[in-house]
Amino acid sequence: MTPRSSALRLTLVAMGVLSLAACASKPKPQFPTTQAPQARTEPQRAPNREPPVAQVSQAPLPGSERDFVVNVGDRVYFDFDKYNVRSDAQPLLDAQSAWLKRYPAVQVRIEGNCDERGTREYNLALGARRANAVREFLVSHGVDAGRISTVSYGKEKPIDPGTGDEADQHNRNAHTALVSGARMQ
Amino acid sequence: MIWKPSKRSLITALAALPLAAALPRAARAEIEVNVNRGDVQPLPIAIPAFAGTQGADIAGVISANLQRSGLFRPLDPASFLDHDLNVSVQPNFASWKQINAQALVVGQAAVANGSLQAGFHLYDVFAEKELDFQGGGGLQLNASPENWRRIAHKISDAIYERLTGEKGYFDTRVVFVAESGGRGARVKRLAIMDQDGANPSYLTDGASTVMTPRFSSNSQEITFMTLRPEGSTIWLLNLDTTRRESLGDFQGQVFAPRFSPDGTKVAFSVARGGNSDIFVMDLRNRQTARLTSDPAIDTSPSFSPNGSQIVFNSDRSGTPEIYVMGADGSNPRRISFGQGKYTTPVWSPTGEFIAFTKQTGGEFHIGVMKPDGTDERLLTSSYLDEGPTWAPNGRVIMFSREGAAGGPKLWTIDVTGRVLQPVPYPGAGTDPAWSPLLN
Repeated sequence: MTPRSSALRLTLVAMGVLSLAACASKPKPQFPTTQAPQARTEPQRAPNREPPVAQVSQAPLPGSERDFVVNVGDRVYFDFDKYNVRSDAQPLLDAQSAWLKRYPAVQVRIEGNCDERGTREYNLALGARRANAVREFLVSHGVDAGRISTVSYGKEKPIDPGTGDEADQHNRNAHTALVSGARMQ
Repeated sequence: MIWKPSKRSLITALAALPLAAALPRAARAEIEVNVNRGDVQPLPIAIPAFAGTQGADIAGVISANLQRSGLFRPLDPASFLDHDLNVSVQPNFASWKQINAQALVVGQAAVANGSLQAGFHLYDVFAEKELDFQGGGGLQLNASPENWRRIAHKISDAIYERLTGEKGYFDTRVVFVAESGGRGARVKRLAIMDQDGANPSYLTDGASTVMTPRFSSNSQEITFMTLRPEGSTIWLLNLDTTRRESLGDFQGQVFAPRFSPDGTKVAFSVARGGNSDIFVMDLRNRQTARLTSDPAIDTSPSFSPNGSQIVFNSDRSGTPEIYVMGADGSNPRRISFGQGKYTTPVWSPTGEFIAFTKQTGGEFHIGVMKPDGTDERLLTSSYLDEGPTWAPNGRVIMFSREGAAGGPKLWTIDVTGRVLQPVPYPGAGTDPAWSPLLN
């Protein structure tokens, strides 16, 4: 069809400048995103860390996955849009390195995670950086690189289903998953 | 694979439909509807139920399409005064003037020999004349009866094009990620639907996390990625045959696939050792070329319509920005310089704009800019808007919007930023990708 000029013809020309005025006066941001909350220096422990061993429970078997999760810690946290290992995460990663050297049959996978305050593809790339940062830390502390694989989950697997700064902080993490070689509890 | 492709055999004969009665020539000044101004008034148009089989349904789909475009205001059928319509007879213009209809669509539909035939005429009410389509007079379309919605979409496209001079975008589909379950326990399935949310069906069963589907220019092939603990895979899926094949193993985590405009290549990112770079595979010979080798994040590649350039996302300057390079990786140059973080650039099918997601403060926006980075305009704002995709005529953008509460939903915004609407699909969805016009 070849449209001809007609009485009803609409002219479609971008008229965006006018419509933009509305966007420019949007309310101020409610969610500060340039900095991680200051209170984020609590010990690097998994949020779902199990309670202290009760009388009826068995102590974690040394070399087991539970031993790793409870006595070492399987997750470290990152600042917003950052992937450097924070100084408060280093003691936990030191302990991971020591534990992995003590149990050399164990293979691990470092899983990089992001909060939802970023777009999907960029967050996959950011999660890959976080996973690699932990991997490099462990390797530089003597863990054989061949024992460590990495994956980025981007923002696809949040551990905290909430929204807001606290949930976002929880979701910016690298999780060390034991893939094989750990002793059965 | 649980999805079975529906027969899409639409006999696309756009035959001229002659009108029996001779019409008087127009004898009045031309109406001018100017959408150059921000206060544009949508054109009042009357679309009475077509006579015959599913005539009311067809008129309803056309009305909804034109209404959602923001350029038309279909009038309430209850206000119509003339109920004695006949496609073979000139309408009584006086009764349509009385309700201020500026355009009128009169049509009929009938099933003959197992085929649904729908024809219509389009009138300029105040000029008292028919608006001819190519070949003169109205249009007639044939299809199998179960494809009646496609007939309605094609009629919508014809009316839109006849009255605006721009190609329509209604006979199209959208592939997207349908979500269920709450935050932290989401099931993601690949899904496809008509652009108006009708006929949704699932392409995957939700066992693996799927992301970022994109259409090929032939509308029958899509690329997408799956994510598992063992890594990710980029897939090519043929919608006709449901055949699915992996793009291959790239010694790293692959993501962000997108076809070249001619469908012969797929550009994507590979993350190795924490560093993401852009690669392109030629699907004809399976040769892969590396396009970036910067230690920064390089992702979200999107080809220009002529295939000569690629717009992409990189944080090589320290923050996520938009860059353009040659399709061979040459001469990368930054085009975004405003405050905030820019991601997900997508070149418009007309080449006129690049759509993107922008994060400023605590808000996310869908915006557009010219390919040289000038004329940046933010079209939307919310807690989380992301992932723009263009309608094939480059006039409308679909994206996903998610509040702090509730699941993500699909929305559309026109390129002027004036017409923001939810897509009439009831479920949660993200990562929409708009098909080209169907054949």
